Amino acid sequence: MMSRPQSVKKSPGRKPVKANTRAAGNTGHSWFGQLFQQHQFVAVDSLSRLLQEPGASFLTWSVIGIALALPLCLFLFLQNLQQLNTSLDDAGNISLFMDLAIDEQALEAARLEILALSEVEEVTVITSTQALIEFQEASGFGNALDGLDENPLPAVLIVNPATDDIESLPALSARLQTIAGVDLALVDLDWMRRLYGIIAMAERLTGGLALLLCLGVVLAIGNTVRLAIENRRDEIVVVKLVGGTDAYVSRPFLYTGIWFGVGGGVVAGILAITAFMTMSGPFSRLMALYNSDFSLSWLGVSDLLSLLLVAGGLGLAGAWLSVLRHLRQIEPS
Amino acid sequence: MITFDSVSKRYPGGYEALTNIDFHLKEGEFAFLTGHSGAGKSTLLKLIMQMEKASAGQVFVYGKNLNRMSRRQLPCFRRNIGVVFQDHQLLFDRNVFENVALPLMVTGYDSREAARRVRAALDKVGLLKKENQNPIALSGGEQQRVGIARAVVNKPVLLLADEPTGNLDPELSAEIMNLFGQFNQVGTSVLIATHDLGLIDRQRHRVLTLDKGALIAGNSDTSAVSEHDE
Repeated sequence: MMSRPQSVKKSPGRKPVKANTRAAGNTGHSWFGQLFQQHQFVAVDSLSRLLQEPGASFLTWSVIGIALALPLCLFLFLQNLQQLNTSLDDAGNISLFMDLAIDEQALEAARLEILALSEVEEVTVITSTQALIEFQEASGFGNALDGLDENPLPAVLIVNPATDDIESLPALSARLQTIAGVDLALVDLDWMRRLYGIIAMAERLTGGLALLLCLGVVLAIGNTVRLAIENRRDEIVVVKLVGGTDAYVSRPFLYTGIWFGVGGGVVAGILAITAFMTMSGPFSRLMALYNSDFSLSWLGVSDLLSLLLVAGGLGLAGAWLSVLRHLRQIEPS
Repeated sequence: MITFDSVSKRYPGGYEALTNIDFHLKEGEFAFLTGHSGAGKSTLLKLIMQMEKASAGQVFVYGKNLNRMSRRQLPCFRRNIGVVFQDHQLLFDRNVFENVALPLMVTGYDSREAARRVRAALDKVGLLKKENQNPIALSGGEQQRVGIARAVVNKPVLLLADEPTGNLDPELSAEIMNLFGQFNQVGTSVLIATHDLGLIDRQRHRVLTLDKGALIAGNSDTSAVSEHDE
């Protein structure tokens, strides 16, 4: 009766020890709950394995941390440079030097006329008296200027354009030049173009460098995980023999990769913060020389979290590559 | 439970480990597989475990045609087979309890239910008191019994053993055989590969004899084989 293998599966009233009683852990926990429990266990277990060999793990974390710290610092530097750029927003302004002889009423009329233009957002007036005081304070020529009979400085209108597109400024500038009372409209585009150019290049450079170093991190973690796989070969064979799925067998190694990445991210964060701490003093002294109170902005909490997330992701990618390549080759024989 | 239909196994390089094997093991049956070393016993067990693929012919295990089994189905298939190895294949980085629990862990058993089953299995082999020890600290016989507990903890339908008494003295061997007998009595099919003829003589079970890769005795149930032709 039991001779047909096919009938084994279907025949009713079989003895208690049968294949279909193998449904996993049917004791009230949901499938998801079990999976969560397994993941939790494996995550903790793989971390504690790393901590059991603190020396080797710390070395790996440092390698990953240093590789991540370099693009991280460059990225932060760029971010600061862009903020510096917005704080130097004046650079996008057009300075209108007025006729020396202009009176207050004419100055006001010119201001209103310019403000009425749709391309203009804001107009700031610096009267010739204000200009003189500012110049005396800033230049150190105070005494020399005192000797002059009359104020040699013209009144200035600073026009803040509505648009951020610096290429449209020359046209606006030419138009402002025609307004009554304007002696000279000045817009300094060259150094702004250079600054934008430098920032764009630095962005590319950082991007390329980050890509290369991240690739390095993925490969380094992949190689470390490969060693971990080799070290646990016996265990993998036994687990496969008792019916562990590929997913089950790979899980500890994927978590190992994640922990390597996250640990490296922590090291990178510490390195970056240290670098900024050492930089910030000299930097603010440098900025003070430029009459700026601009200071370096630090890594925020969200920056640190994304750093850990990215680092963990890189670790997972490296481990995944390694698992894909090496784990399948280990079969019971 | 197991059906071999004209099965041959040839290894790369031309060595033929098994030649045209036909036999059928019924559900709940207890059989020995014997022959000199190199006769193909281990290869035959490996074919059943899907550690090797047959070069020709078909193997059926509890109704499944192993030729048609995909890699994905393999883990689930193996969970229904308990295997005892001559070298135990125990893991020395964990204690006895954790070794025995392994087949339950891979299926995602609830930990309390798993603990209950592990203790039942350890009790059965008489090692309940040693659950916290590392298997490396146990004697050969005890290690073998841990291996057996691990093989049966999942209540497999089929129990395979490759030289389970290979390194044990006669008294311990008899004890181990007695254990297999007990599992067989509750319905588990058992196939034991051994070259220990004295051991086989003491038991009244079917004996499959291999010689140079051919089955020379014990394939009496050939009618069953022909029924399985597909």
